[in-house]
Amino acid sequence: MGITFRKETFRDDYTFRNSPEHIRRFPFPFNEDAYMYTVNIEPHVVGPKGSVLENLIDVDEHYVAEMQDRALVLAEDPLRCQSLPHMTLAGWDLLELLMEQQALGYPEHFTLERDGDRWRWINRPLGIDDTFTFGDTSTLPYGPMEYITRQSQGDFCILDQRDGNLWMDAGMVTTQADWSLDFDIGMNFFEWHAPVPLAHEKGIFTRALKFLTNIQQGKPARRLNWTMTINPRLDTSPENYHKWGPDRATVTPENVGQKVHLRVELQSFWRLPRSNAIVFPIRCYLIKMDELVTQPKWARRLHRVIRDLPEELATYKGLTRYRPTLVEWLSRLDDGSPTSPGFGPD
Amino acid sequence: MAAKTIISRPIYGTLSPQPGKHHLFVADAEGALAIIDMAGKAPPGFFDGAEIDFIPGPEGKHIAALEALRPAQLHIAPSFASLLPRLKQTLTNAHMGLRLYLAGTEGLIGQAMQVALEAGMDHTSIQTEHRGSLARRMQCVHCKGITENVTTQPALCAHCGLLLLVRDHYSRRLAAFQGVCINAEDRSEIPPMEEAFP
Repeated sequence: MGITFRKETFRDDYTFRNSPEHIRRFPFPFNEDAYMYTVNIEPHVVGPKGSVLENLIDVDEHYVAEMQDRALVLAEDPLRCQSLPHMTLAGWDLLELLMEQQALGYPEHFTLERDGDRWRWINRPLGIDDTFTFGDTSTLPYGPMEYITRQSQGDFCILDQRDGNLWMDAGMVTTQADWSLDFDIGMNFFEWHAPVPLAHEKGIFTRALKFLTNIQQGKPARRLNWTMTINPRLDTSPENYHKWGPDRATVTPENVGQKVHLRVELQSFWRLPRSNAIVFPIRCYLIKMDELVTQPKWARRLHRVIRDLPEELATYKGLTRYRPTLVEWLSRLDDGSPTSPGFGPD
Repeated sequence: MAAKTIISRPIYGTLSPQPGKHHLFVADAEGALAIIDMAGKAPPGFFDGAEIDFIPGPEGKHIAALEALRPAQLHIAPSFASLLPRLKQTLTNAHMGLRLYLAGTEGLIGQAMQVALEAGMDHTSIQTEHRGSLARRMQCVHCKGITENVTTQPALCAHCGLLLLVRDHYSRRLAAFQGVCINAEDRSEIPPMEEAFP
């Protein structure tokens, strides 16, 4: 049985919704009633059926609508997709990885046929059937990274590894939580993380870099990150901050449930075989408060996390303006009873 | 000296004479003083293989002091833009052993480094020393325009007119600090503009 892809928008009238099954599979990022940075990296292995980890590259009911939104962002601002000249081989590596994973996980939607360097890629949800020569950019309508990431959910950063560091040298970034690829491209791991508060002092990035530079081919890793977004807007880029920023001032006790969204990033890290680069997919999941609180454990826990979040983190995540309204709204759903261990709903 | 804040923000040192025969100095205004101070530590004959490209700025000082160092070449340029073609040519044709020294304002150091990086030099091999104004070169993250010599916080984008927070986040590739709209959430909030980078 295939996925039923929703017709929906992430801008203007914001018709994005999660179906009840997708609410249950939402990657809720808190396994306890408080949050602080940790190096929460674990092996990226297949998880339970019906979870977002059922396949290592997840395709869900929002796929078609997300790809349409990406095309709109790129038409407005082509600088969201950039690749420094030495990164083309890594782009081919990524194309192979995403075609293989999507065809493996969703054979009813995607097919990859290979005859030596002659490849045929069929993407039924987007109506694509292309034959091309692997390694020959002139046989694709875009560069390899752009071609495949216009057909894959989530942002993608390709990190070149040299001098014991990782360099942000290519990426497709249209669904980001307020950082600019155009500004950060060419930076090393510490430089592009420079604005993050508290984590440098805790040695988080030194340990994370050590882990990431040692990632082996065929042994990907993952972690979750989170923030909040007003309206189900995928493109919360700094480029457009002056357009979406005012939304943060529109939260009222009456509209919290519909307007405020928890935004979770499933970040994974994969060694690429030919280029030795690391690809870092950042897959964004959105859920509105009305949907999230259908799971009472999540409602109680989120209340406690947001209420007790250190001020620096709340500021960095941009919650300051509406945090009191959100906490007040969530508090009515928190009777103080304990929450069960683990991430999942009861 | 500019204060150290976050990791992407460049850290400048003190010029010191490097081994080798070929030395290229690029400096503006008070950056000349960094070269003159360094000259006191240089071995005899050091400037025989040195070129100094100097942008004196409006005050027009320090030219005679640089002449007194007797470099192989002293080139006086009226602006960085006017120096750029020559600098590109020199760095593109440079031998492997060329040593590069940058001294003066952050805008000068950043833009000269940008040219050097494009020519294939490694940024860690370049000597830098900050002297003079703390004025910043800023890229507006919204319209992508660069505003030169920003001295206030917040600052107006010279291109799109948004009021921008000048962040410490810095891109070597763009040779610019990032400017992000400071009142995006409520345009009626207009924080006072203060002299922050004199």
